[in-house]
Amino acid sequence: MTMALLAQTGRPFPDWAWFNERNVGELRELLIEHIQLTGLALLLGLLIAIPLAVAAVRWRRVYSPLLAFTGVLFTVPSAALFILLLALLPQRPPFGLGIGTSLVGLTIYTLLILFRNTVAGLDSVPPEVTEAATAMGYTPGRRLVRVEFPLALPVIIAGVRIAAVTTIGLVTVTAFIGQGGLGRLFLSGFRTQYTMEIAVGLVLSIVLAVVVDLALVLSERRLTPWSQSRGAGT
Amino acid sequence: MNWAPIWPWLIGQEHEALRITGVPTLLLEHLLYVAVPVVAAIVIALPIGLWVGHINKGGTLAINVSNAGRAIPSLGLILIAYIAFEGSLTPVFVTLIAMAVPPILTNTYVGVREVDPEIRDAAAGMGLSGWQILRRVEIPMAMPVIMAGIRTSAVQVVATATLAAFVGLGGLGRPIFTGLATSVQFNPDARTVVVVAVVLVAVFAIVVEQSLGVVERLVVPSGLRRLQEQQRSGAPVNADAGPAQQTEEQSTVTV
Repeated sequence: MTMALLAQTGRPFPDWAWFNERNVGELRELLIEHIQLTGLALLLGLLIAIPLAVAAVRWRRVYSPLLAFTGVLFTVPSAALFILLLALLPQRPPFGLGIGTSLVGLTIYTLLILFRNTVAGLDSVPPEVTEAATAMGYTPGRRLVRVEFPLALPVIIAGVRIAAVTTIGLVTVTAFIGQGGLGRLFLSGFRTQYTMEIAVGLVLSIVLAVVVDLALVLSERRLTPWSQSRGAGT
Repeated sequence: MNWAPIWPWLIGQEHEALRITGVPTLLLEHLLYVAVPVVAAIVIALPIGLWVGHINKGGTLAINVSNAGRAIPSLGLILIAYIAFEGSLTPVFVTLIAMAVPPILTNTYVGVREVDPEIRDAAAGMGLSGWQILRRVEIPMAMPVIMAGIRTSAVQVVATATLAAFVGLGGLGRPIFTGLATSVQFNPDARTVVVVAVVLVAVFAIVVEQSLGVVERLVVPSGLRRLQEQQRSGAPVNADAGPAQQTEEQSTVTV
């Protein structure tokens, strides 16, 4: 493979000279953009998925339709959805080639995972616990926030982990619609037929996914100290 | 939007303004790009997953393969494969296979591993050999989970094949990227083509998924089906215990 890489680009691979000051500065910006897009999409996804999940737990009948709907959205190939959004959303900022179009698409892909896991998390709260909370005088709203959510947190965070890793990969595809974070390196490397640039983007986005996943594991342990013994083996 | 050139394009003529191959050809191409990699991935991953699950070794590896697969951006993989091998489409095809392997491998392993040890013991007690246990107990019982892996994998390949149109692979991704290149934001022809093509590829993905569901009903022993339906109503997706629960359909999106 190295031979072929050499032959095509006329430059050595790996080409360490690529990491000059200008490119490293740009890398930092791309990394920040990548993290911003991922974080905002997850935040928006949670803001939508949590109320939907609470509704689905309270009114069981809406669960299946919602699951089917988010499932269908999830099946649409990412490149297709992003380019469709570019074609159909308004052309003024923040849409068009701005951040809005990408965020709408990325958020859509987080919904299925976050919704399903939040429902599963809320379902996993033992009925004895909710009954005890009610008997202690918790109103349904306060019970949800103080009792059910904390207990559902491990399953919800498990969903956030999958959604985060998936989103980090998907962000690269938004390079087609004017964003992309590290994915911008893919397209510019492709234009200049320069494999090193693509490889840097590829490796860094995998590293980012691994780091974010680990960070979420650690945050789960801090947020749910009572399940320490259970989480210790992960 | 400009719908007039769409109808002849749908029934097989080249799209006049954008010069895109007719839809029936694109559909067949896309089907080929999905069927061949998925079948190849089954041929590669199924024996390995069954064997690793049966002898119960290397399980961590089998599970991590699928988690790692999720973190690799397939766009980068496709582009690098395409450039490194001097614009040949063969490595792009290899990438499609590589993307299809992880869900099948992991689900096959987990499916076999999750067979109740008591059932396995009972089979051994009845005098079945290791091979017979695999063939007559473990494989049938693992079938729902294996099929879920194949479905996930197929949906993923539909998406990756769409992406691969960017480097010149045909299929339904073609009109989408042609539309993008001819300024989908402002050109009514491009916009209409993109809308139609996205609907087609979305429906295509759903049809592939659903028809594999039909296959699943045929290959899963009837006794297991009731059990499976119970499990399907709302098991969580969990990153740690992972694959056991990710085996439900549609837990992976392609990037």
